[in-house]
Amino acid sequence: MLAAMVVAFGTLAVLLVDTIVTGWPELDRQLFTDPPSTVPEEAGARPAILATLYLGLIVLLLSVPIGVLTAVYLEEYANRERWWNRVIEVSIQNLAAVPSIVYGILGLAFIVRGIGIGRVVLAGALILTLVVLPTVIVASREAIRSVPDSIRQGAFALGATKWQVVWRQVLPAAIPGMATGSILALSRAVGETAPLIMVGAIVYVAFDPTLFGAYTALPVQIYNWTKQPDPTFQTLAAAGAIVLLAIVLAMNAVAIVLRNRYRRRW
Amino acid sequence: MSAMRQMGTPRVQGTRLPEVTVGVERAEIERREKVFSVAELGVSYSGKPALEEVTLDVYENTVTAFIGPSGCGKSTFIRCFNRMNDLIPGARVEGTVLYHGADLYGRDVDPVDVRRRIGMVFQKPNPFPKSIFDNVAFGPRVLGLGGNLDERVEGALRRAALWDEVKDRLKDGALGLSGGQQQRLCIARALAVEPDVILMDEPASALDPISTTRIEDLMDELKRDYTIVIVTHNMQQAARVADMTAFFSVVVDDDGSARRGILVEYDTTSKIFTTPSDRRTEDYVTGRFG
Repeated sequence: MLAAMVVAFGTLAVLLVDTIVTGWPELDRQLFTDPPSTVPEEAGARPAILATLYLGLIVLLLSVPIGVLTAVYLEEYANRERWWNRVIEVSIQNLAAVPSIVYGILGLAFIVRGIGIGRVVLAGALILTLVVLPTVIVASREAIRSVPDSIRQGAFALGATKWQVVWRQVLPAAIPGMATGSILALSRAVGETAPLIMVGAIVYVAFDPTLFGAYTALPVQIYNWTKQPDPTFQTLAAAGAIVLLAIVLAMNAVAIVLRNRYRRRW
Repeated sequence: MSAMRQMGTPRVQGTRLPEVTVGVERAEIERREKVFSVAELGVSYSGKPALEEVTLDVYENTVTAFIGPSGCGKSTFIRCFNRMNDLIPGARVEGTVLYHGADLYGRDVDPVDVRRRIGMVFQKPNPFPKSIFDNVAFGPRVLGLGGNLDERVEGALRRAALWDEVKDRLKDGALGLSGGQQQRLCIARALAVEPDVILMDEPASALDPISTTRIEDLMDELKRDYTIVIVTHNMQQAARVADMTAFFSVVVDDDGSARRGILVEYDTTSKIFTTPSDRRTEDYVTGRFG
């Protein structure tokens, strides 16, 4: 147990300290206010940070409603005897295990080229939504399943309809679990690089992102900076990584707080 | 044996029979209106019979108890009265259940309507993870019952003998109550929708003796306004609270594979516990079996 703790915690600590020490000199206001530049002293990551926040927001807005509704259908309404419901279930489990680069290729083929919206923020958000959707569904189903059946029975026995039982008892009781799972899935989406490179997060973007505009994202920007020969760019990459880490850790913290506050009481 | 049957509280092999405190004449009970009329009822789960050929009547303002060993189908039976078995995939109910003369399983009967009139309290207290107030208000809210919600909630809590204990903390979570309070909250919750019948499936089996006594006293109160059906594995409890008692038993097929419940005897509680007409009932109530 101790060894496991040392490995897990030690790795995290070394990683954090190393990144922070390396990136500290460039972690200044300029990083948040300026667009990238070929001159390392003038380079910032404003478009990338903004795009990452945009992506996160759109992914949240798309994946949570779809994921929760799918979970409600599968848990409360779907008849497991029917073959199509089993197909849906197995597909979701498999999709959760598909490498994200594969989603990137899919996105390139169907969203960027197929629908033809191009390499824009929305395309990236749609792909990331697909990446996290299985996780959101699985987490939501877990949360719904953890609501004891006695709650449903109690509500039914009072003359509530199926709809009322699901919307007024099961879902409210499952919200903490669903929120925790969704936030954790989302923090994964925010850190994804591979599918975004496929659907065209480009490296040099000098303007703030819009829904249908070209964009970059923080992980992509970091990745690009590490490839530059000038050592100042390495420092910039580390600074970018600190920002990304801060975003992801903050989201995880929210998830943990939610989970603890609404710890199951039955 | 016959000598003992004539006594009020006979002894059999040193086992004292439960004392029967409710002593109403059968004829008097049968003059009351029939709330349920069950005929040839059978329930099966995925084709396997769980309960067979039950015929009995449940009378108004009466406490009717179902007793019997585990697996005898008494819980299955009580769930036929508010169509809770409909929620179990593969469950099938045959025969007829008349509720005030109308077929409960009729083609145009909505089980949701049935459950509005026939409330249920479960074995394990199952308050919703909400405030005390919201627990009681849930029924009136989903049914869209008019009137003053605060009054409705207070009235239900009073009738469930819980008001004095919770009136200062209605906004607190229901899960902070003790087990006995939770169960009375569940009774209040059922009363808040103004049902006609209250079904109780082993309502005190998860409670301590003091809470059990309170629930039993409550049943005595409530039967003035409601019809109460209770399943219990506790014979003393049936003897204490019930006017009528039905004894169920298990029959096992010759090859020992399938077990199903049957109704052995149904009569006034005093008759069942003092002079049962069936040998199996006598063996059970005297503690020689089960």
